[in-house]
Amino acid sequence: MDFLRPASWEEALAAKAEHPTAVPIAGGTDVMVEINFDHRRPEYLMDLNRIGDLSEWEVGEDSVRLGASVPYTGIMENLSTELPGLALASHTVASPQIRNRGGVGGNLGTASPAGDAHPALLAAGAEVEVESVRGKRLIPIDEFYTGVKRNALEPDELIRAVHVKKADGPQQFSKVGTRNAMVIAVCAFGLALHPETRTVRTGIGSAAPTPVRAKAAEEFLNAALAEGGFWDNGKIITPSVAKQFADLCSAACNPIDDVRGTASYRRHAVGVMARRTLTWTWESYRGARHTEEGAA
Amino acid sequence: MAATGAPTKITQGSQTKGGIGESTLRPDGTLKVTGEFAYSSDMWHEDMLWGQILRSTVAHAEIVSIDTGEALAMAGVYAVMTYDDLPTEVRNYGLEIQDTPVLAHGKVRHHGEPVAIVAADHPETARRAAAKIKVEYRELPVITDEASATAPDAILVHEGRDDHHIGHVPHPNIVHRQPIVRGDADEAAKRADVIVKGEYYFGMQDQAFLGPESGLAVPSEDGGVELYVATQWLHSDLKQIAPVLGLPEDKVRMTLSGVGGAFGGREDLSMQIHACLLAMRTGKPVKIVYNRFESFFGHVHRHPARLYYEHGATKDGKLTHMKCRIVLDGGAYASASPAVVGNASSLSVGPYVIDDVDIEAIALYSNNPPCGAMRGFGAVQACFAYEAQMDKVAKELGMDPVEFRRINAMEQGTIMPTGQPVDSPAPVAELLRRVKAMPLPPERQWESSEGADVRQLPGGLSNTTHGEGVVRGVGYAVGIKNVGFSEGFDDYSTAKVRMEVVGGEPVATVHTAMAEVGQGGVTVHAQIARTELGVTQVTIHPADTQVGSAGSTSASRQTYVTGGAVKNACELVREKVLEIGRRKFGSYHPAWATAELLLEGGKVVTDGGEVLGDLVDVLEGEAVEVEEEWRHRPTEAFDLRTGQGNGHVQYSFAAHRAVVEVDTELGLVKVIELACAQDVGKALNPLSVIGQIQGGTIQGMGIAVMEEIVVDPKTAKVRNPSFTDYLLPTILDTPTIPVDVLELADDHAPYGLRGIGEAPTLSSTPAVLAAVRNATGLELDRTPVRPEHLTGTA
Repeated sequence: MDFLRPASWEEALAAKAEHPTAVPIAGGTDVMVEINFDHRRPEYLMDLNRIGDLSEWEVGEDSVRLGASVPYTGIMENLSTELPGLALASHTVASPQIRNRGGVGGNLGTASPAGDAHPALLAAGAEVEVESVRGKRLIPIDEFYTGVKRNALEPDELIRAVHVKKADGPQQFSKVGTRNAMVIAVCAFGLALHPETRTVRTGIGSAAPTPVRAKAAEEFLNAALAEGGFWDNGKIITPSVAKQFADLCSAACNPIDDVRGTASYRRHAVGVMARRTLTWTWESYRGARHTEEGAA
Repeated sequence: MAATGAPTKITQGSQTKGGIGESTLRPDGTLKVTGEFAYSSDMWHEDMLWGQILRSTVAHAEIVSIDTGEALAMAGVYAVMTYDDLPTEVRNYGLEIQDTPVLAHGKVRHHGEPVAIVAADHPETARRAAAKIKVEYRELPVITDEASATAPDAILVHEGRDDHHIGHVPHPNIVHRQPIVRGDADEAAKRADVIVKGEYYFGMQDQAFLGPESGLAVPSEDGGVELYVATQWLHSDLKQIAPVLGLPEDKVRMTLSGVGGAFGGREDLSMQIHACLLAMRTGKPVKIVYNRFESFFGHVHRHPARLYYEHGATKDGKLTHMKCRIVLDGGAYASASPAVVGNASSLSVGPYVIDDVDIEAIALYSNNPPCGAMRGFGAVQACFAYEAQMDKVAKELGMDPVEFRRINAMEQGTIMPTGQPVDSPAPVAELLRRVKAMPLPPERQWESSEGADVRQLPGGLSNTTHGEGVVRGVGYAVGIKNVGFSEGFDDYSTAKVRMEVVGGEPVATVHTAMAEVGQGGVTVHAQIARTELGVTQVTIHPADTQVGSAGSTSASRQTYVTGGAVKNACELVREKVLEIGRRKFGSYHPAWATAELLLEGGKVVTDGGEVLGDLVDVLEGEAVEVEEEWRHRPTEAFDLRTGQGNGHVQYSFAAHRAVVEVDTELGLVKVIELACAQDVGKALNPLSVIGQIQGGTIQGMGIAVMEEIVVDPKTAKVRNPSFTDYLLPTILDTPTIPVDVLELADDHAPYGLRGIGEAPTLSSTPAVLAAVRNATGLELDRTPVRPEHLTGTA
């Protein structure tokens, strides 16, 4: 196995063009496990740790440009206001040691349906910034996941950053594991309210071959909220609406039975998490409205 | 040159007296916490090779061919060995029945069975070479449960059995069967106002010790071998290793190296013979270290069990009878299965008085992973079932579950179903009373003024609930565990104690072959020596085979048995020291001849406290040394038809109260508190006692809510051999564990002590299950209980 250590982003792109099979490694929290278990023996490993700007982030007008290697700890500590859903998801990633090393770029590169960042990125709305010697492009997160552990990257492309929309409303993230910490998701759910566009977005993890949005559920809820004037009157969402939203989220799952849980449980649990996170975010939205009105 | 990372003597000094009853600190504690302790996997030897094992990828198959050519041709490979390369006709090993091939011969019987071994100059080279060995298998149908094992056309897991159990088992795929019949259960059932039946399943638990199997074998000039290894019983290993190597036992010199936990999983051999074979073949030191994946295949697990129980009781809450059938799955090789059957059957009634019982326990041979010793050893599975039954019967009678247990609790003088009287304190009712009397943790602790603290809730930081669907449950359980090896086993230990003056101070050296696996023997032995010999400085010699056997660090027995041997050897040393004193100084003071003399604070004193002389003066120019075996009371075998016999040495009791919060919608459980009360006879080291109780409690909680080796019933292959999917409790899963320790002396035991390591593992599991049942109203007949079992989505 050859170990490539590009000193700059340009060198990294050139090396990736020359060796398209090279596996990029940053925190190593995923790649090293695969190598230690002998699940993969890449011809080339490309160490991205010398490229400093991959660990940086910029907070822009509408979005945060998050370097691929920004560790989860950094997201939790610095971006919980701008990216509350992703910060909550980061909290659930493995152990403190892993959170100090691992970043969203690795989650996207591996594209496992169980990656903790995916539901939060889907719910918030994001674009993945990828680049090769041929040029740069932004891949909408909805189009990024193409199959089990497959993504929309071309062989010569590297993930440089992810552009995540700054929260314009409450966001939540919830994950089921059979242990109270340090556990791979049996299934996970992300929800973001977007009051500016009067829409909601969802993300489901570990309950389908890829991370997915529950689009029918979103459309149903968008319509129900609009119809009842909920965004304006801030009323409590009726239990029947919440239930139907939850059912539609369950229906968006296409899970399997495996050693971590049954398909039937995953469908059920996604529904419960959808209902609860909707309640939490909506209560928070109502509370914020209330406070604003009080202040005004 | 010598191996680095090999153990050196530990000298423990103490300003205070540091005798028994004090919470002296572990001599290796700081080293372990700071990462400086040398574990067996840390050893290194100049010029050493690395060993690697090739394991079967299927559970049951004939081996058609093995081609090692390509592996042998690799640069850096020094040896590849298969069954055909074994040096003698002894090619099997085993704790009791020698049914386990050193390397597979013609057939593999479980997933992960060793087929070939490789030595190379780099671990990666060894691993790649092993992968290049071509093994052709012809797969056979797998035997995975009682039905497939005892079917009329079942393939025999072992053909031509000639072990001493084959004569009394109903089928060759049953390792051992132990019935116990006392009174007349059918007749007694007629007196019952309620009869409650239940069927239970206990999943396969792994010991999951943190230090994987590892060791270093160094060939010696006399044709023998030195083996540094993490194990539980050096002399048992030695007895199994030497014949396979074709060496007399004195040419296999074993030294215990740093052990990273054991819990029963190191009773059987793992890499020992393989490393020695490769070292002798290559003439070079060979180190073998399993990784976590291999470790899951490298040791036996806790027997999964199916348990069928029937209890009857009268309206006033007296148990009338019990019938049970316990089917343990021993997997492909016998390991400790026969003894586990003996425990499961003889302790199947639990700590209760029931005169009329009809009991049967069996262990199967199957193609599942081999199962053997694990903390609690057969008593754990039974306790899970009989405690579930106690709650069911109490509910049927409309009685409080603790009150119902109190009415039926055994006490000193109770006759066990084996006919053996319990002849030391058995404070079962008192232990339950104590856990029940402890204050309950406050409800809804997560509701603080700052909002929900999700760490207090099921799901924890995974943020699954802010209180929705969360219901509290409380459950109780109590258990009984035997201490020491049972059924007539000659369960002795040996201690060599030396006393001399070093640097102007009297120093005692304690040398035993006891495996320190974390239980604290190295601390306790020094405490005993200080108490008996009145010295401050005690040196604990590394454990090796240069001294007689200490028996296994198992069965909660080491403080009792090797502690007893150290005490006994110290007493003999003291007599010799006093003889020297009398010879040297007897004429100076009449008390030398008349008084009861003690050694205290470095001096010889009378029982009246008068100082007769300094130990330094007595021992000047002399060294006193004694090596002596020590035995507890003998036990008897259980009758093969009736199960009668004084089979056990001592019993140990613990009770738990579990408080859980269950997210009833998501099926997630947070154990809030596990209160424990245990009788320890005498706490030689109170801090160690608390540590053992808390550790056992957590290990019991693990199998209640998350730990399980999942085996595919169609292929008998292990599905989760990693810490990614074999879940152990983290500190965020760990409840508070208030502990109430009773010290009711057992007059038969040294200092009145009672073995303590296992009892808390028994009652913790059923207490948690009882609490979850209490919260959810569900029956829950299997452990671990998973979210799908609590949500109807299994």
